[in-house]
Amino acid sequence: MKARIVADLSELPTSGPRGSGPTWWGNLAFMLIEGMGFALGIGVYLYLATVAPDWPPAPPPELAAGTGVALVLLLSLIPNALLARWAKAQDLRRIRLGLLVMLGISVLPLALRVLEFQAFHVRWDESAYGSIVWVLLGLHTTHLLADLVETAVLAALMFTRHADNPRRYGDVEDEVAYWVFIVATWLPVYACLYWAPRL
Amino acid sequence: MRAQPRDTGREEAALEASLAAVWSSRPGLLGWLTTVDHKAIGRRYIVTAFLFLALGGVLALLMRWQLAQPEGRLLGPDRYNQVFTMHGTTMMFLFAVPVMEAMGVYLVPLMVGTRNIAFPRLNAFSYWVYLFGGALLWIAFLLDMAPDVGWFAYVPLAGPQYGPGKRADIWAQMITFTEVSALAVAVGLVVTVFKQRAPGMSLDRIPLFVWAMLVTSFVVILAMPSIVLASTALILDRLVGTQFFNPAAGGDVLLWQHLFWFFGHPEVYIIFIPAVGMVSTILATFCRRPVFGYLAMVLALVGTGLLAFGLWVHHMFTTGLPRLGESFFTASSMAIAVPSGLQIFCWLATLWGARPRLTVPMLYVLAFLFTFVLGGMTGVMVASVPLDTQLHDSFFVVAHFHYVLVGGAVFPLLGAIHYWYPKLTGRLMEERLGRWAWGLVFGGFNLAFFPMHLLGLWGMPRRVYTYPPELPWGGLNLFSSLSAALLAAGFLLFFWNAWRSARHGEAAGPDPWGAGTLEWATSSPPPPWNFTRIPVVEGADPLRDSPDALKVAAGLRLDRRELLLTSVMAAEPEARESSPRDSVWPLLAAIATTAMLIWSIFTPWAVVWGAIPVAATLIFWFWPRGTPEDES
Amino acid sequence: MNGAAQSALAPGGAEAAAILSLFWPVTALLGAIWLAVLLVLALGLWRRPGAAPRRAGLAVGAATAGTVLVVIGLTLASYLVTRPLSAAAEAPLVVQVQGRQWWWQVTYPAEGDAPGFTTANELRLPLGRPVRLELAAADVIHSFWVPNLAGKQDMIPGRDNALLLTPRQAGIFRAQCAEFCGMQHARMALPVVVQPAAEFARWRAGQAAPAAAEALAVAGRQVFESRQCSACHTVRGSEAAGSTGPDLTHLASRETLGAGLLPMTRGALAAWTADPQTLKPGNNMPLVPLTADELQALTEFLALLR
Ligand code: HEA
Ligand code: HEA
Ligand code: HEC
Ligand code: CUA
Ligand SMILES: [Cu+2]
Repeated sequence: MKARIVADLSELPTSGPRGSGPTWWGNLAFMLIEGMGFALGIGVYLYLATVAPDWPPAPPPELAAGTGVALVLLLSLIPNALLARWAKAQDLRRIRLGLLVMLGISVLPLALRVLEFQAFHVRWDESAYGSIVWVLLGLHTTHLLADLVETAVLAALMFTRHADNPRRYGDVEDEVAYWVFIVATWLPVYACLYWAPRL
Repeated sequence: MRAQPRDTGREEAALEASLAAVWSSRPGLLGWLTTVDHKAIGRRYIVTAFLFLALGGVLALLMRWQLAQPEGRLLGPDRYNQVFTMHGTTMMFLFAVPVMEAMGVYLVPLMVGTRNIAFPRLNAFSYWVYLFGGALLWIAFLLDMAPDVGWFAYVPLAGPQYGPGKRADIWAQMITFTEVSALAVAVGLVVTVFKQRAPGMSLDRIPLFVWAMLVTSFVVILAMPSIVLASTALILDRLVGTQFFNPAAGGDVLLWQHLFWFFGHPEVYIIFIPAVGMVSTILATFCRRPVFGYLAMVLALVGTGLLAFGLWVHHMFTTGLPRLGESFFTASSMAIAVPSGLQIFCWLATLWGARPRLTVPMLYVLAFLFTFVLGGMTGVMVASVPLDTQLHDSFFVVAHFHYVLVGGAVFPLLGAIHYWYPKLTGRLMEERLGRWAWGLVFGGFNLAFFPMHLLGLWGMPRRVYTYPPELPWGGLNLFSSLSAALLAAGFLLFFWNAWRSARHGEAAGPDPWGAGTLEWATSSPPPPWNFTRIPVVEGADPLRDSPDALKVAAGLRLDRRELLLTSVMAAEPEARESSPRDSVWPLLAAIATTAMLIWSIFTPWAVVWGAIPVAATLIFWFWPRGTPEDES
Repeated sequence: MNGAAQSALAPGGAEAAAILSLFWPVTALLGAIWLAVLLVLALGLWRRPGAAPRRAGLAVGAATAGTVLVVIGLTLASYLVTRPLSAAAEAPLVVQVQGRQWWWQVTYPAEGDAPGFTTANELRLPLGRPVRLELAAADVIHSFWVPNLAGKQDMIPGRDNALLLTPRQAGIFRAQCAEFCGMQHARMALPVVVQPAAEFARWRAGQAAPAAAEALAVAGRQVFESRQCSACHTVRGSEAAGSTGPDLTHLASRETLGAGLLPMTRGALAAWTADPQTLKPGNNMPLVPLTADELQALTEFLALLR
């Protein structure tokens, strides 16, 4: 088939607009998948609660560690927002700093998480309650760990010759968005695990 | 900025040479292992899925042989249980879902006029994970270690207490493989459709097949997490002693069924919705008019996708849930008849007086209408709680779901293979053989499965390895088994035709059917870069709208893999984006993932240690190489 | 042709009849719609070539509206048929049936003067009286289905389910486990004997009594008590009081052996006792090695358990 040129694309920018490019949408799709996972996990918790004669079968969890995680995560949104701003401004030095700070911060909830597992006074194999508590905590912990590795790799990348590249700044923005997702998922999980048994 | 070579103003031949330089994969095995071309991957996905269809079909024949007469002696109970589990699992997880995804992988980028799927490496990864998951299941079968708990693996039979050995673990882990691969494809397809459509392909100009794949991808994204959660919980119960499904420790047996069917019901629409898209495409081409009621069709697709999440309890009508609640699910299940009916009526209106050419793809569409509508009717019957208490878990249900799966999805698929075969291979499938195969498949299918309705009403439960001679089931079973042989002969002929036509078929040319969608605007099979220049769309049927010359856009770079991003709604050009090069890391990441998943059947520590190589391969995968694709 | 003893099309009870009275009209209606679709398809193919019909939109709209109405009608109809099926009947006969891999334990609780007792692999019901079956599972999920009398109901570990039915016709119907429950799911059947109330009362009294005196007198009894048999089986009146296998107190009075596997004959008893694993591979009764004499004595004993 013959072709007739009716448009010229050469003036277009050479990478997608941040905030609606393919990676952004891809990220969103993965958040939808994982968000569904969290929602179903909470659904399982509530379902088991309605089936069980007494819930929780152990004393309600101690609040300190989980609340600590919630606070740390919420506070981390501040440096996270700054990082986002610097990434938009393509300010490489500050981005490096911001990534290192976020790297440090994301270790904190992991440390507290160890205490959290103890705060429930229940083992995973004791009862269905224990099982779903451990799985929900575990699911969120996996996200924290994955993000830790991601942040570390990205930080390392920002110290190489690949750093000064709008594509990398986009990666930082995606990373920032993912962290917000991790914070956002903790809140309902926290409410479910710590406050639902107190209702 | 350096001067970058552009396609503007170049001669066609020189242009294609430059495109070939950046888009082609290396020759040889290494190229085969590293390619990220959606067509190469789509093609091998399709071939693999059809291989699993043949394997699953052979198992079906074994079952039919065993059931042909009372007290059959071909298979013992243990073997039969493995065989029907393998048949159902293979057909659903390794054939039907992947083949539909695969058709999307191959066709969607072509139909929206772009050069590759979004996230092509993820797409390659998805194929390898799928292949390894299928291999795991079938190797286990050959070692007499195949799952034997049915394709929905109800607990406690599949749980730690009553499912000893590793059989149920292999089932659950195989699920993880197929979920990972399906999700990866779904994400790629969604983003391709959202961001990579040809300029001008606004929402109301998207081909119906692409709409169908888009809806399917969303259903995948929302449904699969449920089965991931379920199979993880099952493995944990079996491996580390969690108590999710153990009523003695506060768990619940029905929790499994809720989680499974919250995924399992949408799953059947994941299989069916793409098939609907195929039917629309074939009809529009051979009726030489657009499908009647485009908007209604799109709404029906979306409606089916949404409703799919509100019906899962109709698989659990006999578990003793509250009657009023069940009646709600009767209503929602039957409500699916409305969008399905709407589509049927629109197709009928399209066909009315169109005098379509009765090519083989069209014949499959007619077979689809005959068979699927019947299967839909039996679906409405089992959706009624009182009727279902009699029909559930009987051969009536077996008949229902083969009518909708084979009639509703496999028939359109076979038609689609005939239809797109020229695009896949450059050659046409042989018409006469195609007609014979069609006749045998259509006739054989109906003769084999219609009697099962009656068997179910006569009280024959499903999943029985044999039955006593004093029950009057022998005759119909024998008839059904003999007809299944006809059906198998039809499939054999189809396979033979596909095999032979690949080398001896008549050369097709770019557009043998006079179709209207963009995949026919490029050569058959298309070059690695799909379109030498990105097409510009000004109507729903771009090829028919401008029959003499395709409208295209120029201005893409030639020194890197580059494609066009457009806006989500109106598909206005937004940017020129690079598309990743070939890479071996998706394959290596898939191998690392496979090792971790299989190892974790045996010890939970595999997740800890196995995650390290997975992370390492992923880092290598994403680490920039400083190629032009990496620039901005 | 209706498949007789195990068929949803030959109702012998009120519930099955009610369901069938819904089944036929629904089948006819949906069948007619299917034919109508095919008719329109054929006409559409037949028609002279032409443009798409002008009033197609109207036709499609009307057909869709029709679908909505049919769907609403069918939903209401199913609801109306279900409701009485689960309505509590007055003074029903209560029987507890427990599904096990791969046999049925049947318990008749005491009722008025009639004492309670446990038996297995046979359910007897009086004609015309509503019955409430309390369904449970000991191991995995099973499903109780006697298509001639009523729809099925699952037996689920950790949950209590019940099925109401009212037999309206005397005879022997066949129930079969309808939920896949492992190796011998296929061989998990249950004869359901519906008999006039007086006969039923006589049977019930007989079952509640301990094993027949002649049986307890034969030599096979010692074999039964001294070999592993007594660890799993109960024969009331003897020392055997095991509970992992079916109660055998009135074994020989049953219609079938091994959960519907074989008709109850002396030969079947001998064959089963000699080698249950060949007859029903994978079932939970092991092969107990016996001498020929022991086997003969055992068989005599079992055959006398009327
Ligand atoms: C491609 C797959 C596919 C499709 C499309 C469907 C479509 C439907 N299915 Fe099916 N189903 C399965 C695959 C599928 N099913 C499988 C695999 C199982 C069994 C799983 C297992 O147990 O192993 C199953 C089981 C199953 C059950 C559980 C049965 C049981 O186990 O007891 C039910 C119950 O409601 C059901 C209902 C329906 C309904 C209402 C539709 C509807 O979508 C049908 C709608 C279509 C029509 C109705 C025809 C067209 C409409 C018209 C022409 C309009 C006029 C119509 C009317 C007025 C009614 N299905
Ligand atoms: C898309 C899904 C799909 C497809 C296509 C089929 C296809 C077929 N099915 Fe399947 N079936 C299921 C999905 C599917 N099935 C599911 C989900 C179950 C439930 C499982 C469970 O209970 O857990 C089931 C259960 C099931 C049963 C019930 C078993 C039981 O409950 O005891 C039966 C019995 O007849 C059956 C028969 C068939 C037959 C005869 C075909 C035929 O259409 C097959 C035709 C194809 C062939 C015969 C292949 C021909 C090819 C060759 C001969 C080439 C060979 C060449 C090489 C190997 C190189 N199926
Ligand atoms: C380890 C337990 C066990 C032992 C020992 C055992 N049985 Fe059984 N028996 C069973 C089970 C379980 C069944 C039910 C099998 C089935 O139908 O799936 C059964 C079934 C039977 C039946 C058929 C009952 C019916 O209702 O149809 C008979 C008769 C029988 N056993 C006799 C014997 C005799 C005689 C012996 C000793 C030689 C014996 N059993 C030893 C467990 C046992
Ligand atoms: Cu018990 Cu099937
Ligand atoms: Cu369903």
